Amino acid sequence: MAAEMKGLKSFQGGIHPPFDGKSLSKDREIVQFPLPEVAYLCMSQHIGAPAKVVVAKGDVVKKGQKVGEAPGLISANVHASIAGKVTDITFKPHPVTGARTQVVVIQREGEDMWAPGLDEPQDVEAMTPDDIRNLVREAGMVGLGGATFPTHVKLSPPKDKTVDAVILNGAECEPYLTCDYRLLMEKTREVIEGLRIVMKCLGCKNGYVGIEANKMDAYERVKAVVGHDAHIKVELLEVKYPQGAEHQLVKAILGREFKPTQLPIEAGAVVHNVSTTYAIYEAVKHRRPLVQRVISITGDGVERPANLLVRVGSPIEPLLKASGLKAEANKVVYGGPMMGIAQPAVTDAVTIKGTGGILVMSSAGEWQSHACIRCGKCIEACPYGLNPSYLSILCESEHFQQAMEFNLMECKECGCCTYVCTSRRPIVHLIKTAKYELGRQKARAQEAQKAKEAQKVQAAAAPATTK
Amino acid sequence: MSNAQEKVVTPASGGLPTRELLVTTSPHIRGPEDIPRVMWTVVGALLPAGLVGVYFFGYYALFIVILSVLAAVLTEAVIQKYLLGQPVSVKDGSAVITGLLLAYILPPGVPWYIPVVGAIFAIGIVKHAFGGLGNNIWNPALAARAFLQVAYPAPINSDWRIIKESGGILSNITGMDAITQASPLLKEFGGKTYSYMDLLIGRVPGCIGETSAIALMLGGAYLIYRGYVDWRVPVGYIGTVFVLAKLLPARIEAPWANDPIYHVLAGGLMLGAFFMATDMVTSPLTRRGLLIFGIGCGVLTTLIRFYAAYPEGVCYSILLMNTATPLIDRFTQPTLLGSASGGKK
Repeated sequence: MAAEMKGLKSFQGGIHPPFDGKSLSKDREIVQFPLPEVAYLCMSQHIGAPAKVVVAKGDVVKKGQKVGEAPGLISANVHASIAGKVTDITFKPHPVTGARTQVVVIQREGEDMWAPGLDEPQDVEAMTPDDIRNLVREAGMVGLGGATFPTHVKLSPPKDKTVDAVILNGAECEPYLTCDYRLLMEKTREVIEGLRIVMKCLGCKNGYVGIEANKMDAYERVKAVVGHDAHIKVELLEVKYPQGAEHQLVKAILGREFKPTQLPIEAGAVVHNVSTTYAIYEAVKHRRPLVQRVISITGDGVERPANLLVRVGSPIEPLLKASGLKAEANKVVYGGPMMGIAQPAVTDAVTIKGTGGILVMSSAGEWQSHACIRCGKCIEACPYGLNPSYLSILCESEHFQQAMEFNLMECKECGCCTYVCTSRRPIVHLIKTAKYELGRQKARAQEAQKAKEAQKVQAAAAPATTK
Repeated sequence: MSNAQEKVVTPASGGLPTRELLVTTSPHIRGPEDIPRVMWTVVGALLPAGLVGVYFFGYYALFIVILSVLAAVLTEAVIQKYLLGQPVSVKDGSAVITGLLLAYILPPGVPWYIPVVGAIFAIGIVKHAFGGLGNNIWNPALAARAFLQVAYPAPINSDWRIIKESGGILSNITGMDAITQASPLLKEFGGKTYSYMDLLIGRVPGCIGETSAIALMLGGAYLIYRGYVDWRVPVGYIGTVFVLAKLLPARIEAPWANDPIYHVLAGGLMLGAFFMATDMVTSPLTRRGLLIFGIGCGVLTTLIRFYAAYPEGVCYSILLMNTATPLIDRFTQPTLLGSASGGKK
């Protein structure tokens, strides 16, 4: 493998599974999936504050009409993904975090019509960066790779930072998933146009497209579309997970490093993946809010893997059934096998903006974990320069403070360490649990502090009242 | 162990048959490597050296090897089942390795109880008393050898000539009777200097599995190829011995006293460098640490060979470096991405 990878841009660490599952769905063309009868719109489909519901039960809404409004900068609007009637505003467990979250339920009614003012071609040439930013913000755009960071924030760099590189992330390094690849193949022109829109918005002259070397056809197609545009460079990347993570992509393409907890802007870069960039194009060029996306339905638990264009908030059961869900399927994962979130049930789950794939596994196993034998493979695999061996031992024995000294909080939970672990230790699980526990401790400490201060105020006020 | 793995039954309300979905934290796939695969591969890589040993030292050596492995495996099974109440893990191959390695560093003519006592000490005290595989500080086989050296000095140091009496395959094939010495590095017995070829093949006196440099290098190279051994340890170790053997003033008078090739090929260095110092559990975690570890082993081995009363330094130098491993780990932590100054301690 090493020989054929020579000359490709890459990074330190990472893994590549012998079977990456891409072949299951990579040649399945994108198909528009029938509209759901009922859409469940989660008010928290992004990192940041949940959107505020701006419709009431009984309201009739059009496609693309805003049903949730971002209360602040780090948040995103949510739009009706189908035309119909709001039948309920309720709470459901979030498909990714599991936390209780507000959901607007829409029963489909009438024609699939856009709300007034939407779906109109725009003159991008005449737009100012702020126009673009506003359109993207209005459209409820979030990073569609799964992290769901509000896109308009990435388009609004702090004044003291300069952006000299916009990177279109076509790596799609997560095994099995093929939604970005299909978009690159079928909507090449639109995706590249989206990249140009981002470059214009950021006033940046250097655009890059990074594509893993296992997608040569997409690479050729993108090169052909980019043509003689000297401002966009198309780069071939080594086939390695997590090549499409921001840190690894910036390192591979620009040779710049920044800390795991920092954003790419620290290295003068802004990264958007293919699905996001396509959605930006749709939002800016056609004024279409984010109401649908391509989802790869794949894995050995379905008969017919597919890439489906699905409305946000669709129940997944029809998607899986249409793809031939096998009776022996025993694990359903939102996302890919490395970072995806296992779902407790098929019947209740609905898609959110960040759902780029649903992996259905038919013989998902459990692994017997053992004490660390110190083989050091996790350290070699960690693309962030952490010591997963130490972290797993410290987190397991609940030495959280010591784990923090070994950069616990810098872990991005990419899963490379756990994939290679000879002792089959659930390293990511231990790290996630430790972070969660630390968060709770912090919240408790804050509460205690508050209570103490309240007591002090009371104590100070008490003598005054007795006088 | 907490693995957050729970079975959830989906409500039967949907059109799908009720199914149990497995909910675990990502990642949902694992690489091909696990402990049994690593351990049994190491066992396989050790076999050529053992075969050569049996070929030259005779069937009694084979008996010692089998006894040692059996004793190690049995000790582990008994301790796990009756003392610790753990699932018995002898199938993972780790106890087999300890048994093999222990036999390989014993003289071919030791009494039968030596490998048995050694294996019980290695598995019982050095491995399980410290918490079992992954938690032991010292390489169990080497620590057991050091224990036997002190507890049974007579059989360990003087029973070499049993080889000839036991006959074995040796006398038939080579017709040599010179192999009555402890080690080609011993000057007292060293009237004869062995050729490089003898040392490569293993046609020299020594412990059961340590004599054939070529068989050990083959096994070691395979482990490096498979990624179970980092080259920095054997290269750092052997390279350091090679350089120092040339440079340091020798105290003994022998034709090979300052011959680096002779020092590298003779004695337990090859076995130690490829199979003992590379023990994952007792060596450092990072590549930088492994290089330091290998060089440290080389320095100590040469110093002991040149300036101590003991002709062979491999066993004690690796044990000493095992002891230093947590310290080496501490100063060779990986560097956090994007921090030029290096990761925090």
